[in-house]
Amino acid sequence: MTTPRDEAEHERLNHLHPPNWCNPTPVDRYDLVILGGGTTGLVAAHAAAALGVKVALIERHLLGGNCLNIGCVPSKALIRTSRLYAEMRHAEHFGAQSPADIRVDFAAVMQRMRDIRARLSRTSSVHELGAVGVHVFFGDAHFIGSDALQLNGGTLRFRKALIATGAQPDIPSIDGLVAAGYFTNADVFDLTELPPRLLVIGGGPLGCEMAQAFSRFGARTTIVQNWPLFLPREERDAAQLLSDAFARDGIEVRLNTEVVSVRVEDGQKIVHLVSDDYHSTIAVDAILTGTGRIPSIDGLGLEAAGVNFDRDHGVHVNDFLRTSNRRIYAAGDVCLEHKFNDMADATARMAVRNALQFGRQRLSKLTIPWCTYTDPEVAHVGMYVRQARERDIPVKTFTVLMHDVDRAVADSEEAGFVKIHVKEGSDHILGATIVARHAGEMIGEITLAMVAGVGLRTLSRVMHPYPTQAQAITKAADACRRASRERET
Amino acid sequence: MRRLSDSVSLLISDDDLLDRLQCAAFGYFLRTYNPTNGLIADTSRNSSPCSIAVVGFALSVYPIAVERGWMTRADAVERSLAALRFFRDSDQSGQPQATGYKGFYFHFLDMQSGARVWNSELSMIDTALLLAGALTSASYFASNTSGEIQLRELVDVLYRRVDWCWAQDGKSTLRQGWKPECGFLNYGWDGYNEGIVMYVLALGSPTHPIESGQYAAWTATYQWENLYGIDFLYAGPLFIHQFSHAWIDFRGIRDRFMREKHCDYFENSRRATEVQREYARRNPHGFKGYDEDCWGLTASDGPSQPLAEGASERRLFGYTARGVPYGPDDGTLSGWAALASIPFAPEIALRTARSMRDRYPEMLPSHQYASSFNPSIAESDGAAWVSVGHFGLDQGIVLMMIENHRSGLLWRLLRGSPAICSGLRRADFRGGWLSGKSIPPLDR
Repeated sequence: MTTPRDEAEHERLNHLHPPNWCNPTPVDRYDLVILGGGTTGLVAAHAAAALGVKVALIERHLLGGNCLNIGCVPSKALIRTSRLYAEMRHAEHFGAQSPADIRVDFAAVMQRMRDIRARLSRTSSVHELGAVGVHVFFGDAHFIGSDALQLNGGTLRFRKALIATGAQPDIPSIDGLVAAGYFTNADVFDLTELPPRLLVIGGGPLGCEMAQAFSRFGARTTIVQNWPLFLPREERDAAQLLSDAFARDGIEVRLNTEVVSVRVEDGQKIVHLVSDDYHSTIAVDAILTGTGRIPSIDGLGLEAAGVNFDRDHGVHVNDFLRTSNRRIYAAGDVCLEHKFNDMADATARMAVRNALQFGRQRLSKLTIPWCTYTDPEVAHVGMYVRQARERDIPVKTFTVLMHDVDRAVADSEEAGFVKIHVKEGSDHILGATIVARHAGEMIGEITLAMVAGVGLRTLSRVMHPYPTQAQAITKAADACRRASRERET
Repeated sequence: MRRLSDSVSLLISDDDLLDRLQCAAFGYFLRTYNPTNGLIADTSRNSSPCSIAVVGFALSVYPIAVERGWMTRADAVERSLAALRFFRDSDQSGQPQATGYKGFYFHFLDMQSGARVWNSELSMIDTALLLAGALTSASYFASNTSGEIQLRELVDVLYRRVDWCWAQDGKSTLRQGWKPECGFLNYGWDGYNEGIVMYVLALGSPTHPIESGQYAAWTATYQWENLYGIDFLYAGPLFIHQFSHAWIDFRGIRDRFMREKHCDYFENSRRATEVQREYARRNPHGFKGYDEDCWGLTASDGPSQPLAEGASERRLFGYTARGVPYGPDDGTLSGWAALASIPFAPEIALRTARSMRDRYPEMLPSHQYASSFNPSIAESDGAAWVSVGHFGLDQGIVLMMIENHRSGLLWRLLRGSPAICSGLRRADFRGGWLSGKSIPPLDR
């Protein structure tokens, strides 16, 4: 199992780490040195370069980081194809005939993914960075003092540095797992053949997305989650709808279950599971772990730079993203609880402003949306009800079921809801959760309203083309307006 | 096609209909009773074990039976004593074959020996339902006969020995269960559910009370939703809006959450009833039978057998907690659940009960509700699929809620319970009858 060195891969590597790359000669002192060439590093590099300062970016492996190479981009490419297969199988549901012979061409699925990844790698390339004056270095760098890094035997000095090394898969400690072999998001996109039976360990976003995609490709998929619900961060009803969707897809769902050991017998991986006091075993051909990610901090020499950190939370930063070393900032997955690409992007810009322009932008002021790209998608922004109540904020939720939205009915995409949480007695939006086929697109409107300070009642004046699924938001806003009128009378 | 029962249903008065349904439900507790230990079976099916919650319902319905003349007081005392003595003397070692631990009991017990069966969990909520029944019994059998004195002493012993603090396991809310094989289960109480009565009993304990903050931690997980234009404290299955109300009169008393919402739990259950009705009217999945006079999604039995080849693709959930509006919903309804909302919405519940009875008499054989029926899955004779036999919880809740509607007997009994009053006050309930105000008249 190795990614075919095809044209797409050549293109991607040529963009992200050209084989014959020679590191530039460092200048005496950079205004900003960025460790890590993922989303955070790339965004920060372009933002800093736009200020006309001297910028160096150091990457160990490939530019683009998790998102482009082993995360958002390849996973969404697979998810799109898997949706198509699911729809083909359920064509009757849409008044169409299912094709007589639905065969999954897994090689073609992965080829499409590689083509997309290669195409999107263009904007992350060394050439793009070079064009704006960023010095790109490949290699292992580590701090040797409060204002210097060592790279390949040489020294890079900086006025400011940004740690943007991202995160890496957190491998669960399971007896026999390493010996039996497993995939993570780092190598699952290198698969060349579809495993007939797949075990996904972990019911977080990655585990859920990949379990559904591989199931729809035809892998007999089991997902094991050690918590009673999927997506433990999300609202119960969202997680419940997701469980139902998985069951419809034929995924074997094992909630509240731990994987305790793995062994290999006759070429199969025999997995021992425990749920409370119930013990069972399943046999699979491949295991994918999706139990979260941990900050990538190994080998950075953070102690030498006086940067505080720990293994679980990564680099410690204050609300301005500054570390315990005033010259050094951090952004993205290496220091944040919310390890999302949009957070990486937003905090990269924030860190650059705060580091280079005496900015005072605060992490705590960010309005953060996120989405799990299952079918239906689960998207959220702002506070959950529980968080609001813990802060003694009285909260009321306006809920619209997708089965009451004309376009969702027309699309036969009725599973889901829009829930918008407001401060009781007002229309101030505290947060929202959307479960819908296109929840990730829909959450943007709520995010915009929150950032702009627009109340929910005002959203009832926002016209949407009819029919669209986003009219669920208008319906929630209408309900809020009616409730306000009733309160006033 | 109208059925013979149509005319019967139209002729019979509301009171007679309710009396008939109550009496039929009570028959369950006579038929599934083990006189040697007072235990009651979980269901009427062969080899059913005892459910400790159903015993709690039995202890609660004996006073109703005495009042309604279906049973002598002496018989009711004897049956209650048998159960209470059994639990007092039961094996509390927490071993796999024991009956309980720390004052709690395993969910399912062998009908003869009382030992744990089905590898069931030590259940906090089911123990609470058992104790609620015991406290009801102690409130009703208040005379100075030796039997009734002994009964009250037994209830006191059982209540005092429950170690509610242990059941927190150091967490912010009570745990749902414990097993000798693996310790506490990985489930807490999250979101509004039938647990109020459990929290009230835990707070009111004279020996092992939990802190008031535990109740606040639980209510912090509530969701107050505007759904179908109705504001209410959300919970999907209908039984959640009924179980604690079988014992506790929530009319006019409010905890902090309900004060904030200018509502009370009784009114909330009325609204939940409206939401159920509205969901059935909208019937998003197009199930047969659903309309504004045919609803009742709750925890119940349900069809689970594979459908015949060629049938449309549909998932069936067997025994599960069906709920509104997020599901699961496979077209299965429970007639008893609709009628058990009668204290909250008498007119609607009665009209629905008559409508469902007339349209699907097969779900109410001999006036006794089956756990559920599913009109979308027709049997060979065209009748709706009907759950086999009867479930004790269903019989108990419908019997008790009808009684609360008719006389308020159980509410009156528990309003006088020091444990209940203390627990409610420690949960920061105020107002209404707790503050000495007059009891609201029953809306009949």
